Formats: sequence, C-alpha cells, structure tokens
Amino acid sequence: MPYQLPPVWTELKQHAVFPEFSHDERARYNFLANLNRFVSTVIAPGNQLAYTSRVEPAFAKEHGRSFNDRFEVGEAMKKDPVYQMWAALRRSTMEMRQQNGRSVVLRQANQLAQKVAHELEGTQILQLKENFQVPPYLTHVDNHLMPGSYHTEYFPGDVSNAANYDSGLFVTSGGMLGSLTDGGGRAIAAWVKETYPDFHPKQILDIGCGLGHNTLPIALAFPDAQVIGIDAGAPMLRYGAARAHALGINNVTFIQADAARMQEFANEQFDWVQTTMFLHETGGKSIHTIFAEINRVLKKGGLNLHIEQPQYTPEMSMYEQFMRDWDAYYNAEPYWGHMHDLQPAALMEEAGVPKDKFMQVGVKAINDLDKKKQDGKVTEDYGRSPIWNVFGGWKA
Amino acid sequence: MKTELSGSHAGGSIQGNPGVDAVNDIVMAGNKSKGGRPYFLEDPAVERVLNIAMAIATEVAVAHERMDTLERLLESKGLLSRKDIETYVPDEAAAEERQGWHARFTARILRIVQQEAEALAHPENNTPMRTIADEINEM
Repeated sequence: MPYQLPPVWTELKQHAVFPEFSHDERARYNFLANLNRFVSTVIAPGNQLAYTSRVEPAFAKEHGRSFNDRFEVGEAMKKDPVYQMWAALRRSTMEMRQQNGRSVVLRQANQLAQKVAHELEGTQILQLKENFQVPPYLTHVDNHLMPGSYHTEYFPGDVSNAANYDSGLFVTSGGMLGSLTDGGGRAIAAWVKETYPDFHPKQILDIGCGLGHNTLPIALAFPDAQVIGIDAGAPMLRYGAARAHALGINNVTFIQADAARMQEFANEQFDWVQTTMFLHETGGKSIHTIFAEINRVLKKGGLNLHIEQPQYTPEMSMYEQFMRDWDAYYNAEPYWGHMHDLQPAALMEEAGVPKDKFMQVGVKAINDLDKKKQDGKVTEDYGRSPIWNVFGGWKA
Repeated sequence: MKTELSGSHAGGSIQGNPGVDAVNDIVMAGNKSKGGRPYFLEDPAVERVLNIAMAIATEVAVAHERMDTLERLLESKGLLSRKDIETYVPDEAAAEERQGWHARFTARILRIVQQEAEALAHPENNTPMRTIADEINEM
C-alpha cells in the first residue's frame, strides 16, 4: 500500500473571517501535517513493538506478573528509548503547531477582530456576558497546549485563539477532519438522520460548541431547527458566530454560558442536547452538575448525545489505555483519563436516561477531503484518530 | 482573567483598537502553556536540542516549498524549464564550487562532533581553562 499523504493545507475552506496565511506559513503547516502523519503512522507503531517485545516481558520477569494498570505501563514505557523518542517528537510537534499558528494570528490580531466585528454587524447571533465567570476547569489548564486556551482575550474583541484553533486543527489531525474541520459534526448529523428518520428536533443545544466546527453540520442537517451553541470562551463564540454567518448558516446562535449553570434556558426547552469532544475538557465534579443541567433543559423523550474517545473498559488492553492516556498528561487535557474511566451508562442515568434507553456506537469522521485517495483505513493514533465513541439515549 | 501580555509591541501598529498594542506577536507566539513541561528523553539537554533541530527542519521544508513554488511559477511563465533543472550537469568549475558548498555546510552543522573528535586526538589540548588561567598567571 503506498504511503498516504495528508491533503495540502490550502484545501481548507477559507471563509470570510479566516486568517490570512503567507506562502511560508502555509508551507510550515504542510510540513507539520506531514510530520504528524509520519510520527503517527511510521514511528508510533514502534511503541507497540517495544511494549510486546521487551517492556512487558521485562516487567513480568521482574515482578512475576503483568501490569495492573495503565500507570504501571507508563512507568515502564518511560524507560524505553523508542517510546521516549516518539513522545519527545509528538510533544515537539504540538508545541510547534501552537507557536506557528499563534505567529500567524497574532500578527493580524486586529484585522481579524475587525473582520469578525464587520461580519457580525446587524446580526443577533452572538450573546456575550459581561463579567462572565469562566469555569475553573478551563482556567486551570491550557487545553491542547494552547497558551490562553479558549477563553483568553488579548484585547477587547480579540479572536486570536479561535482563529488559531480554526486554522491549525488541520495540522494536528493531518487533514482528516475535512475542509471545514467538521468531520465529527457531519458524522453525528448523518448518523442521527439515518438512525432516527422520524426525529425532527426544533430546539437543539450544542454544549461546549467552541467555534462551531461540529455545530454547523447539525444546523445544516436540520434546517428547520433552532440551534444554540454555548461555550465559555468569548473569542471562540465571537469567531464562531462570524464564521457561521460567513458560511451562510442562519439557524445557529452562539451564547456565552456555563454548562453547569444554564440559567438562560427553561426546563425541558430542548429536543436534543449534544456535546462533541467536550466532556473530557470539563472537570470531575462539574461533569455531574452538567449532566444534571442537561437533564433539566432536555424535554422528556429528547435526545441526549455525546461524542467522545472510547472509554477505558476492562476489555481495553493496558497498553491501549496507556497510549490513549498520553494526551491527558502530555497534550494538556488532564481530565481525559479520569473522564474515560467513567461508565457512560451511569452518567446518562444522571441525565434521566434509563439503562434500557442507553446506546453506544462507533462513528468515523466524514471527510470531504478524502476524495477516494485514501483506502478508508486509519492507523490507530490513540486519541487523535477521527474515530469516536458516541453514547447517549432518550430521556424517559 | 490572566492574559499573557509580555514585552513591547513588535508588530505593526493598527488603528482602531488601543488594546492591540499590547500584542507582541513575536514573543507571544512562543508563550508556554500552563503546567510543567514533560521531558521524555533521559537528558533534557538532548530534548532541548531535538526541539531546536525539529524547528530548523520545519524551516528547511518551508524554504524547499518556496523554491518549488518559484520553479513552478517560472516554468509557467516560460522563463525556466524544470526538466533543465532535473537534467542539469555542472561543468567542472561549477561542480567544484557546489561540492565545496556542501562540504562547508556539513562542517558547519557537525562542528561540535568534529571538535569532540579533535579533543580525543589531542588530549594535551584539553586542559580546563581555569588551570590555563592559573598557568598564564605564572607566565
């Protein structure tokens, strides 16, 4: 099978509020996408080989047993040179991606803010709050090693971090999320339409919508619905609302809100509450408050759906759990590990979904850049692969 | 809310938003994210150098892509044939110059390795500078 090249960065759709890239800035991202592809498809599999051929046998010999948990695997793998080099390179690509992206958006920060303000003029699709309290689980860490995370504004009206996120996720994912980085949203919208053809939601809430990458495909798939995206990060919401408007999508409103305290929404307001790659960026106490709030705002018989990476279960090997846990500690998503230890069915019960209404399926990104050039197979890149676990259910 | 303003404004000043003057794009692009940085290699110094090397590798790739763009544009305007580039054979003088460039380039990159080999070859030239300073003080 020939080596599979990532798409070039210029295949990303350049909407009206997209940052401008110079030739060399584009080239930098083309290199980084390729570097990520190489590290994940050629170098990363060496970890499994090292684990099987020497790390696990050496541990078994020393302790007379195999690993008890992923943390023991981690301590043993840390000493292996193959793992060390892979991890050092992976961390390095993440840091370079951030620096390269930030250098692009910060040099044009004011132009971006002005473009966004211009795009939003006369619209009512953005609601920000004065003195909004960003939840502590967000201010405590810079998710994905993004300095300033989702919420930091460097000046009033700033959208730098959102523009960086929008234009750079392509690099981390190797272009596997599509030209609008919306492969997850497309997948969930298509799955819901196909699985529940008689479901016609009127009010949809997307919690932790960020800049709306995965919100817009849902709005497009359900044009008769009113979609509300909430997030804590003002730059993300600002940029997301302008981006949606620029893309001609008119049934989404972006509202600044805390998922654990959604006072702005009435009891049983929504037909469908969605989160996409959001829960692992919350916190160990907040996640339960959030599920209680989801239960409150969701109608009886409403759909409660979440896209996450696979949960850690007893069936998942210690090695795979360790590899999936890597991003928790080394890509600054620290709640990742604990979140994936939770049992989704138990979480859903907290949100009013009884066990017999619980469901769990795997979905794969719908990538418009695929163009049949790829064979559809994806090398497992633990936590980066565009293959997800969808869990949820219907509220009783 | 913590913002990561640091240093003086290094980008072009833009009218309309006074706050933007606090953005120092050169320094802020490289801001560190929250949390202690993990080092995976046994010697953090090696990992530091690896990170510098990977950043330089990026810039080499960028220069290459720019050259590729240049060649394709020149060819599309009829100013150059890329086939001529691929089949180019230097004459004797050009070959000498080019090989010399490669040799000097290699020597620059591997300077420290060369010097470590020289240190082994000439143990008499490895006296610590403090000792030399004391010796010179007596000269």
